[in-house]
Amino acid sequence: MIRDITLGQYYPGKSVIHKLDARTKIIGTIAFIVELFIVNNFWGFLIAAGAMFAVIGVSRVPLKFIFRGLTAVFVIILFTFVINLFMVDGRVLWHWWILTITYEGLRRALFMAVRLVLLIIGSSILTLCTKPIELTDGLEKLLKPLQKVGVPSHEIALMMTIALRFIPTLMEETDKIIKAQQARGADFESGSIIQRAKNLIPILIPLFISSFRIAQELALAMEARCYNGGSGRTRMNEIHFKKKDMVAAVVLAVFLGVVIASRWI
Amino acid sequence: MTIISVQNLTFEYVRTAEDGTTKSYRAIDDISFDIEAGSFVAIVGRNGSGKSTLAKTLNGLLVPTSGRILVKDMDTADDNLIWDIRSKVGMVFQNPDNQIVSSIVEDDVAFGPENLGVPPEEIRKRVDDALKAVGMYKHRLKGAHMLSGGQKQRIAIAGAIAMRPECIIFDEPTAMLDPKGREKVMEIIRNLNEEGITTILITHFMEEAAQADRIIVMKNGQIYSDSTPEELYSNREKIRGAGLEMPPAVDLRERIAERGIEMPETIMTEDDLVDYIVEQRR
Repeated sequence: MIRDITLGQYYPGKSVIHKLDARTKIIGTIAFIVELFIVNNFWGFLIAAGAMFAVIGVSRVPLKFIFRGLTAVFVIILFTFVINLFMVDGRVLWHWWILTITYEGLRRALFMAVRLVLLIIGSSILTLCTKPIELTDGLEKLLKPLQKVGVPSHEIALMMTIALRFIPTLMEETDKIIKAQQARGADFESGSIIQRAKNLIPILIPLFISSFRIAQELALAMEARCYNGGSGRTRMNEIHFKKKDMVAAVVLAVFLGVVIASRWI
Repeated sequence: MTIISVQNLTFEYVRTAEDGTTKSYRAIDDISFDIEAGSFVAIVGRNGSGKSTLAKTLNGLLVPTSGRILVKDMDTADDNLIWDIRSKVGMVFQNPDNQIVSSIVEDDVAFGPENLGVPPEEIRKRVDDALKAVGMYKHRLKGAHMLSGGQKQRIAIAGAIAMRPECIIFDEPTAMLDPKGREKVMEIIRNLNEEGITTILITHFMEEAAQADRIIVMKNGQIYSDSTPEELYSNREKIRGAGLEMPPAVDLRERIAERGIEMPETIMTEDDLVDYIVEQRR
């Protein structure tokens, strides 16, 4: 079961989107998220959704994979929807007991839900089409200018690489600890929520201890392989902006312009 | 030519208790020896004999409490030389999981050369060569978590090879592997030594030590014996004294010899034994 988890849910492919420089994709995703907050009517969302699905089409990532990300946050979306639905004052559409739905509330709720859905799908395209290592390399390069003001760009990127690398290892470790505790008669399945949360302590403590041990061993192994910080390091696959990235930048700029213009529709 | 020279090495672990008092434990007690370039040296001993500590001092991961270690005449205690030393003396650890840094196999192998500042095209070549040397080239794009323990250990070895060291220290590389993975890793270690890389193998499997040219037996932080495998295995009492067991093949050979069938003393490994028996039956 643990072997099935995907690495940062990367979906291998050879599309143009996959081959774009990670920096282009990161900036593109940030731009997309920003414009979702610029939008003030449903026309804007329609344009954004259209563009998004065009990108998905080009990337050839199956829709099934894309929507899988949504199921995990479905509860949050629903919660936001319901809260907005009942909490906004305005023209009353429906009233029962203490519950009131207003026209403005309905509009706001739909607005937020669409925004969230687009936000999640949009950002999952980034992780689906970019190898984790490229993502961290891209981030490192993007943050590099900030190094002058003390942002440790290399360290942040390395931390992300290691975190991704050790997710499966820690999952295995957790599995082992759970089984070991169950063998000693621990019960994780019954009792109230508070009781169950308390029952997790015998899993968490050994997990913390073993992650410290793993960290120590890894640090030693990295030292043995001459790791001494980001300076003087080279990379096997250096990333370069290509013609594709220029085209993508132009497309992105046009798209942003259209979305901003949509405010006045 | 000597590649590593250990001179009066003593190493103490210092532990600070909760009340602030310190306690020291002497893991290695005044030992000296030289390692010849190109040789295959096994260091054996029971748990707590100091063999793993010794391994970590040889490339400067631990700095001697007293005495010194020279790697190609560079002192491991000198902070300016430490990266030179570590690029000459690679190391492979026991736990295959906890020494792989990147999720993707080839990215991990590239980690060492990247740290050394090797140019990208050269890294590519080294990574490919190293992966081929351990027979993992076809898995180069896989996720490290998809591999078996033995395969992960081969990736770790490739990671050390890609730095083009002159010597590799293997710190119990097979202890966490299944028999099949163990055999493959030992085969790779032998091949590397044949290609001229000085090999230091820390192990508690006597049949693995038997494949070396020289065996150093550690006991209570001191060198208990330092000889060829043949000499060591001809002295049953000595092996018992170090709390070790005879390699199964040697044990079997001796027990056959005890029953009056003459057996050559050059038989050290299971392969030797099988070869000899087959030859006799023909």
